Amino acid sequence: MTDEPVKEEPIRKLSIICSKGTLDMAYPGLVLANAARMVGIEVNLFFTFWGLEMIHKEHQHKIKVASVGNPVPYMPIPSIMGILPGMSAMATKMMKKEIERIDAPPIPEFVEMVADSGAHLYACKMSMDMMKFTQDDLVEHVEEVLGAIEFYDKSAGAQIIFI
Amino acid sequence: MEVDDEGFLTDPNTWNKDIALAIAAEENIQMSDRHWVVVDFMRADFTEKGQAPTIRRITKAGGVPTKELYALYPGGPAKKAARIAGLGKPTGCL
Repeated sequence: MTDEPVKEEPIRKLSIICSKGTLDMAYPGLVLANAARMVGIEVNLFFTFWGLEMIHKEHQHKIKVASVGNPVPYMPIPSIMGILPGMSAMATKMMKKEIERIDAPPIPEFVEMVADSGAHLYACKMSMDMMKFTQDDLVEHVEEVLGAIEFYDKSAGAQIIFI
Repeated sequence: MEVDDEGFLTDPNTWNKDIALAIAAEENIQMSDRHWVVVDFMRADFTEKGQAPTIRRITKAGGVPTKELYALYPGGPAKKAARIAGLGKPTGCL
Protein backbone atom coordinates (compact mmCIF):
# COMPACT_ATOMS: atom_id res chain seq x y z
CA MET A 1 0.00 0.00 0.00
CA THR A 2 1.20 3.47 -0.81
CA ASP A 3 -0.13 6.75 0.48
CA GLU A 4 -0.37 8.18 -2.99
CA PRO A 5 -3.90 9.19 -3.90
CA VAL A 6 -5.44 7.09 -6.65
CA LYS A 7 -6.29 9.32 -9.58
CA GLU A 8 -9.65 8.17 -10.85
CA GLU A 9 -10.46 8.27 -14.54
CA PRO A 10 -13.21 10.77 -15.31
CA ILE A 11 -16.63 9.27 -16.14
CA ARG A 12 -17.07 9.18 -19.90
CA LYS A 13 -20.33 7.25 -20.16
CA LEU A 14 -23.56 7.52 -18.24
CA SER A 15 -26.83 5.60 -18.23
CA ILE A 16 -29.81 7.31 -16.68
CA ILE A 17 -32.99 5.36 -15.92
CA CYS A 18 -36.05 7.61 -15.66
CA SER A 19 -38.90 5.83 -13.89
CA LYS A 20 -41.09 8.66 -12.62
CA GLY A 21 -43.75 10.77 -14.30
CA THR A 22 -43.99 13.78 -12.02
CA LEU A 23 -42.49 17.17 -12.71
CA ASP A 24 -40.04 17.10 -9.82
CA MET A 25 -38.77 13.65 -10.83
CA ALA A 26 -38.68 14.34 -14.57
CA TYR A 27 -36.22 17.20 -14.37
CA PRO A 28 -33.28 15.57 -12.55
CA GLY A 29 -32.71 12.98 -15.29
CA LEU A 30 -32.84 15.61 -18.02
CA VAL A 31 -30.58 18.03 -16.15
CA LEU A 32 -28.00 15.29 -15.49
CA ALA A 33 -28.16 14.13 -19.11
CA ASN A 34 -27.78 17.66 -20.42
CA ALA A 35 -24.87 18.51 -18.13
CA ALA A 36 -23.10 15.31 -19.14
CA ARG A 37 -23.48 16.05 -22.84
CA MET A 38 -22.22 19.61 -22.27
CA VAL A 39 -18.86 18.20 -21.26
CA GLY A 40 -18.79 15.42 -23.81
CA ILE A 41 -19.91 12.46 -21.71
CA GLU A 42 -21.82 9.78 -23.65
CA VAL A 43 -25.40 9.45 -22.38
CA ASN A 44 -28.06 6.74 -22.69
CA LEU A 45 -31.49 7.40 -21.23
CA PHE A 46 -33.91 4.57 -20.47
CA PHE A 47 -37.53 5.53 -19.83
CA THR A 48 -39.46 2.96 -17.84
CA PHE A 49 -42.81 2.81 -16.02
CA TRP A 50 -44.08 6.35 -15.35
CA GLY A 51 -40.91 7.74 -16.86
CA LEU A 52 -42.53 6.99 -20.24
CA GLU A 53 -44.72 10.02 -19.62
CA MET A 54 -41.69 12.20 -20.30
CA ILE A 55 -41.40 10.93 -23.87
CA HIS A 56 -45.10 10.39 -24.64
CA LYS A 57 -46.09 12.88 -27.37
CA GLU A 58 -49.21 14.07 -25.57
CA HIS A 59 -48.60 13.26 -21.93
CA GLN A 60 -45.23 15.03 -21.78
CA HIS A 61 -47.09 18.35 -22.00
CA LYS A 62 -49.23 17.51 -18.99
CA ILE A 63 -46.67 16.41 -16.42
CA LYS A 64 -47.56 17.69 -12.95
CA VAL A 65 -46.24 17.92 -9.43
CA ALA A 66 -47.73 15.23 -7.20
CA SER A 67 -49.21 17.01 -4.22
CA VAL A 68 -49.87 13.80 -2.29
CA GLY A 69 -47.02 11.74 -0.88
CA ASN A 70 -44.52 14.39 -1.91
CA PRO A 71 -43.96 16.45 1.22
CA VAL A 72 -41.77 19.54 1.13
CA PRO A 73 -41.02 20.56 4.72
CA TYR A 74 -40.63 24.29 4.07
CA MET A 75 -43.83 24.71 2.03
CA PRO A 76 -46.31 26.97 3.80
CA ILE A 77 -49.03 24.36 3.30
CA PRO A 78 -49.49 21.26 5.51
CA SER A 79 -48.95 18.13 3.41
CA ILE A 80 -52.41 16.78 4.34
CA MET A 81 -53.84 19.64 2.22
CA GLY A 82 -52.34 17.90 -0.81
CA ILE A 83 -55.48 15.79 -1.11
CA LEU A 84 -57.62 18.85 -1.86
CA PRO A 85 -58.72 19.48 -5.45
CA GLY A 86 -56.52 21.97 -7.25
CA MET A 87 -53.48 21.50 -5.03
CA SER A 88 -51.51 19.60 -7.66
CA ALA A 89 -52.35 22.24 -10.29
CA MET A 90 -51.26 24.99 -7.94
CA ALA A 91 -47.99 23.29 -7.02
CA THR A 92 -47.35 22.60 -10.72
CA LYS A 93 -47.92 26.25 -11.62
CA MET A 94 -45.57 27.40 -8.87
CA MET A 95 -42.84 24.99 -9.89
CA LYS A 96 -43.15 25.80 -13.60
CA LYS A 97 -42.72 29.47 -12.78
CA GLU A 98 -39.53 28.77 -10.85
CA ILE A 99 -38.25 26.47 -13.60
CA GLU A 100 -38.75 29.25 -16.14
CA ARG A 101 -37.01 31.75 -13.87
CA ILE A 102 -33.81 29.68 -13.87
CA ASP A 103 -34.00 29.34 -17.67
CA ALA A 104 -34.71 25.61 -17.70
CA PRO A 105 -36.88 24.51 -20.64
CA PRO A 106 -40.31 22.90 -20.28
CA ILE A 107 -40.20 19.06 -20.41
CA PRO A 108 -40.99 18.63 -24.15
CA GLU A 109 -38.34 21.16 -25.16
CA PHE A 110 -35.85 19.69 -22.68
CA VAL A 111 -36.32 16.16 -24.08
CA GLU A 112 -35.70 17.51 -27.58
CA MET A 113 -32.66 19.48 -26.43
CA VAL A 114 -31.12 16.45 -24.74
CA ALA A 115 -31.75 14.31 -27.84
CA ASP A 116 -30.29 17.00 -30.11
CA SER A 117 -27.22 17.12 -27.88
CA GLY A 118 -26.55 13.52 -28.87
CA ALA A 119 -27.95 11.62 -25.89
CA HIS A 120 -29.64 8.35 -26.88
CA LEU A 121 -33.25 7.82 -25.81
CA TYR A 122 -34.73 4.36 -25.27
CA ALA A 123 -38.15 3.22 -24.07
CA CYS A 124 -38.75 0.16 -21.88
CA LYS A 125 -40.58 -2.57 -23.78
CA MET A 126 -42.26 -4.11 -20.77
CA SER A 127 -43.65 -0.76 -19.61
CA MET A 128 -44.80 0.05 -23.13
CA ASP A 129 -46.72 -3.25 -23.26
CA MET A 130 -48.16 -2.64 -19.83
CA MET A 131 -49.42 0.83 -20.73
CA LYS A 132 -50.45 -0.24 -24.23
CA PHE A 133 -48.24 2.39 -25.85
CA THR A 134 -46.74 1.94 -29.30
CA GLN A 135 -43.64 3.69 -30.58
CA ASP A 136 -45.96 6.03 -32.52
CA ASP A 137 -47.17 7.37 -29.17
CA LEU A 138 -43.64 8.48 -28.34
CA VAL A 139 -41.65 11.49 -29.50
CA GLU A 140 -39.56 10.93 -32.61
CA HIS A 141 -36.31 11.22 -30.66
CA VAL A 142 -36.77 7.78 -29.10
CA GLU A 143 -34.38 5.55 -30.99
CA GLU A 144 -35.61 2.14 -29.90
CA VAL A 145 -37.93 0.21 -27.62
CA LEU A 146 -35.74 -2.13 -25.59
CA GLY A 147 -35.72 -4.72 -22.84
CA ALA A 148 -33.55 -4.27 -19.76
CA ILE A 149 -30.95 -6.75 -20.99
CA GLU A 150 -30.44 -4.84 -24.23
CA PHE A 151 -30.13 -1.65 -22.22
CA TYR A 152 -27.42 -3.26 -20.08
CA ASP A 153 -25.54 -4.04 -23.29
CA LYS A 154 -25.72 -0.38 -24.25
CA SER A 155 -24.64 0.56 -20.74
CA ALA A 156 -21.45 -1.50 -20.75
CA GLY A 157 -18.76 0.51 -18.99
CA ALA A 158 -21.19 3.24 -17.94
CA GLN A 159 -22.21 4.51 -14.56
CA ILE A 160 -25.93 3.95 -14.02
CA ILE A 161 -28.20 6.44 -12.29
CA PHE A 162 -31.73 5.42 -11.31
CA ILE A 163 -34.35 8.10 -10.86
CA MET B 1 -1.36 34.22 -20.06
CA GLU B 2 -2.55 32.30 -17.05
CA VAL B 3 -4.67 29.18 -17.29
CA ASP B 4 -6.14 26.84 -14.68
CA ASP B 5 -5.45 23.10 -14.35
CA GLU B 6 -7.81 22.31 -17.22
CA GLY B 7 -6.46 24.99 -19.55
CA PHE B 8 -9.21 27.58 -19.10
CA LEU B 9 -8.06 31.21 -19.03
CA THR B 10 -8.16 32.49 -15.46
CA ASP B 11 -8.81 36.07 -16.59
CA PRO B 12 -11.27 36.48 -19.52
CA ASN B 13 -9.83 39.97 -20.11
CA THR B 14 -6.54 38.54 -21.31
CA TRP B 15 -8.38 36.90 -24.23
CA ASN B 16 -7.93 37.87 -27.87
CA LYS B 17 -8.65 36.18 -31.19
CA ASP B 18 -5.12 34.85 -31.57
CA ILE B 19 -5.37 33.14 -28.19
CA ALA B 20 -8.74 31.70 -29.26
CA LEU B 21 -7.17 30.31 -32.43
CA ALA B 22 -4.31 28.79 -30.45
CA ILE B 23 -6.70 27.09 -27.99
CA ALA B 24 -8.90 25.90 -30.88
CA ALA B 25 -5.85 24.36 -32.56
CA GLU B 26 -5.06 22.57 -29.30
CA GLU B 27 -8.62 21.22 -29.30
CA ASN B 28 -8.31 20.20 -32.98
CA ILE B 29 -11.03 22.61 -33.95
CA GLN B 30 -10.77 24.54 -37.21
CA MET B 31 -12.58 27.81 -36.54
CA SER B 32 -15.24 28.54 -39.19
CA ASP B 33 -17.61 31.52 -39.30
CA ARG B 34 -20.18 29.45 -37.39
CA HIS B 35 -17.64 28.61 -34.70
CA TRP B 36 -17.02 32.33 -34.30
CA VAL B 37 -20.75 33.05 -34.03
CA VAL B 38 -20.79 30.87 -30.90
CA VAL B 39 -17.62 32.30 -29.40
CA ASP B 40 -18.56 35.92 -30.16
CA PHE B 41 -22.01 35.44 -28.68
CA MET B 42 -20.59 33.82 -25.55
CA ARG B 43 -18.12 36.69 -25.08
CA ALA B 44 -20.76 39.37 -25.68
CA ASP B 45 -23.24 37.71 -23.33
CA PHE B 46 -20.57 37.26 -20.69
CA THR B 47 -19.63 40.94 -20.92
CA GLU B 48 -23.26 41.95 -20.63
CA LYS B 49 -24.42 39.55 -17.91
CA GLY B 50 -21.26 38.69 -16.04
CA GLN B 51 -21.64 34.96 -16.56
CA ALA B 52 -21.19 32.51 -19.40
CA PRO B 53 -24.47 31.81 -21.25
CA THR B 54 -26.25 28.48 -20.87
CA ILE B 55 -26.45 26.10 -23.83
CA ARG B 56 -30.11 26.99 -24.16
CA ARG B 57 -29.25 30.68 -24.33
CA ILE B 58 -26.61 30.07 -27.00
CA THR B 59 -29.21 28.22 -29.06
CA LYS B 60 -32.13 30.61 -28.46
CA ALA B 61 -30.49 34.04 -28.27
CA GLY B 62 -27.28 33.15 -30.11
CA GLY B 63 -29.12 31.50 -32.99
CA VAL B 64 -27.09 28.29 -33.19
CA PRO B 65 -29.34 25.19 -32.96
CA THR B 66 -28.40 22.53 -30.40
CA LYS B 67 -27.48 19.92 -33.02
CA GLU B 68 -25.21 22.35 -34.86
CA LEU B 69 -23.62 23.53 -31.61
CA TYR B 70 -22.64 19.96 -30.71
CA ALA B 71 -21.44 19.31 -34.27
CA LEU B 72 -19.26 22.43 -34.17
CA TYR B 73 -17.80 21.54 -30.79
CA PRO B 74 -17.68 17.76 -30.50
CA GLY B 75 -16.60 16.70 -27.07
CA GLY B 76 -18.92 19.16 -25.40
CA PRO B 77 -19.67 22.81 -26.16
CA ALA B 78 -19.44 23.77 -22.49
CA LYS B 79 -15.88 22.64 -22.33
CA LYS B 80 -14.59 23.45 -25.80
CA ALA B 81 -16.47 26.62 -26.76
CA ALA B 82 -16.13 28.16 -23.31
CA ARG B 83 -12.42 27.45 -23.29
CA ILE B 84 -11.90 28.95 -26.76
CA ALA B 85 -14.00 31.96 -25.72
CA GLY B 86 -11.61 32.50 -22.82
CA LEU B 87 -14.30 32.00 -20.20
CA GLY B 88 -14.03 29.74 -17.17
CA LYS B 89 -15.32 26.20 -17.15
CA PRO B 90 -19.11 26.48 -16.88
CA THR B 91 -20.57 25.67 -13.49
CA GLY B 92 -24.25 25.72 -14.50
CA CYS B 93 -26.14 22.55 -15.46
CA LEU B 94 -28.06 24.05 -18.37
